[in-house]
Amino acid sequence: MNRLFYIGAFIAVTFVVVAIFANWIAPYDVTVPDLLTRYASPSSKHWFGTDALGRDVFSRVVFGARISLEVGISVVSVSAVIGILIGAFAGYFGGIVDKILNGYIFNVFLAFPGLLLAIALVAFLGAGLGKLILALCVIGWVGYARVMRGQVLKVREYDYVQAAKALGASSTRIIFTHILPNAIQPLIVQASLGMAGAVLAEASLSFLGLGIPPPAPSWGTMIEESRGFDILTSAPHVMFFPGIAIALTVLAFNFIGDGLREWLDPKQRSR
Amino acid sequence: MLLVIWTVVTLVTLLMELVPGDPATTILGETATIEQIENFRKTHGLDRPAFFFSYSEDKGFVWNGAENRYLDYWRGLLHGDLGVSFRTGQPVTEMIAERYPKTILLAAAAMLVSISIAIPLGVVAGTNKNKFTDNVASFIALLGISLPTFVLGPFLVYVFSVKLGWFAPTGSAYAEDIVLPAITLGGALSAILTRMVRSSVIEELGEDYVRTARAKGLSERVVVYKHVLKNGLIPVVTILGLQLGVLLAGSIITEKIFNWQGLGLLLLEDGINKRDYRLVQGCVLVISITFILANSLTDFVYRRLDPRIRLS
Repeated sequence: MNRLFYIGAFIAVTFVVVAIFANWIAPYDVTVPDLLTRYASPSSKHWFGTDALGRDVFSRVVFGARISLEVGISVVSVSAVIGILIGAFAGYFGGIVDKILNGYIFNVFLAFPGLLLAIALVAFLGAGLGKLILALCVIGWVGYARVMRGQVLKVREYDYVQAAKALGASSTRIIFTHILPNAIQPLIVQASLGMAGAVLAEASLSFLGLGIPPPAPSWGTMIEESRGFDILTSAPHVMFFPGIAIALTVLAFNFIGDGLREWLDPKQRSR
Repeated sequence: MLLVIWTVVTLVTLLMELVPGDPATTILGETATIEQIENFRKTHGLDRPAFFFSYSEDKGFVWNGAENRYLDYWRGLLHGDLGVSFRTGQPVTEMIAERYPKTILLAAAAMLVSISIAIPLGVVAGTNKNKFTDNVASFIALLGISLPTFVLGPFLVYVFSVKLGWFAPTGSAYAEDIVLPAITLGGALSAILTRMVRSSVIEELGEDYVRTARAKGLSERVVVYKHVLKNGLIPVVTILGLQLGVLLAGSIITEKIFNWQGLGLLLLEDGINKRDYRLVQGCVLVISITFILANSLTDFVYRRLDPRIRLS
């Protein structure tokens, strides 16, 4: 495992711990404004300063981690389950099922740029956490399905799968007991990169005003609220800290995904 | 490709059915009279059935025949007509045609930026595999992938507009206004391309023809830039083509940051924010079709570049 993997894992664990214990870590209420301390610079009282409404930026960044984690885990788990089931179905049964799923359905979903499809769905469905997660799952499952299909195509020809078939095991049993455990490694890589993608997509949609509505402290919303020229001139910290938080979180999951991929693929290890 | 285009058009057409409630009420507001709502529905064809058949609890399944909104949209589309804006009454095709070139210009500039960064950086990393330079270049690339446009953009504005005063923070009126948006949009792509060039260079350096070229006494520079890069760029072209769609979608964010008057800003500000669903439909469709065509073009170029694929 390379060094970057461990750095990524360390940041990701910190991110998860911060998200879980946000109530204890954040010193201030994230939604209550304090107009007397608007745009206060970082100090011992407000580590990351305050925003346009005098809210503590550190507390908002901490609670922002919780939103990102919530969206990331929901999107990754729902997309992975749907993608794995559909991918396994396409790969195992092959024939016309595979032609329709892999040759047509997957291509249709890949024909839309992911973010655009999410934007379109949220634009028509309306904003909100549930709808955001739904939109991200709609764009996310195809990646897992393709990886799973590829793995199933490879693993289903192995002797032990043929043996299980000969012994009369049902298709469900073969897929879940014999194929899935041997196809799981690339799916873990996909999930790790998917987590980075989900955090990024949530922040992007919130930045565009299509994600979680204010006053919820989404990192994307925080950047959107602070990107005006006047604010950048007088209080750049309001944009700086949520920006660092997003970049670090995405970087961490990319490090983990890359590290795992390299570890699992000896060909890449030698590169 | 035609089947995919047909499905994309169908999905985009049916997106309107996802709007909670009646689009007419959403646009006109709760205070609109019944007459105003009916007029609106009639003007925009919303009084016609959505599809070939419909279902309601009291009537069950009803066959609507060819007189439906889905076919109306197709008929219009085949004549280059994407309907009229719910808000302004202006043809959507006209509104898009006005903004489309700006987005394409931004995407092209972003590609140019990414190529200019990625090729030298990727070659340096690839030819110095596992050395300090490689680690630094790879780290920069991964950082570039992880740094979202909406973080990079305001950061560039802070440095180059607020601190140095070199560029205007927003706008698209002057030629130099494209610099910051192009770097913002091309940043992530340059990172992806750098990794791709690095991998390709490493792979090609192990090939027999490289050994032959070196044995002929060619300088390392000629070997890398004349032989290795020529073959190593083939997969890069594919990625570049596939990333055009990502650039088009990503331009929505970049255009918002820099108030760049392109298709993304039209979709976001005039379409989504003002709930002009017809305009949203048109913009999503145009971006998606551009993406599909770019992918097909990439496939074509890829086949032309690599004789092995062409022959197979």
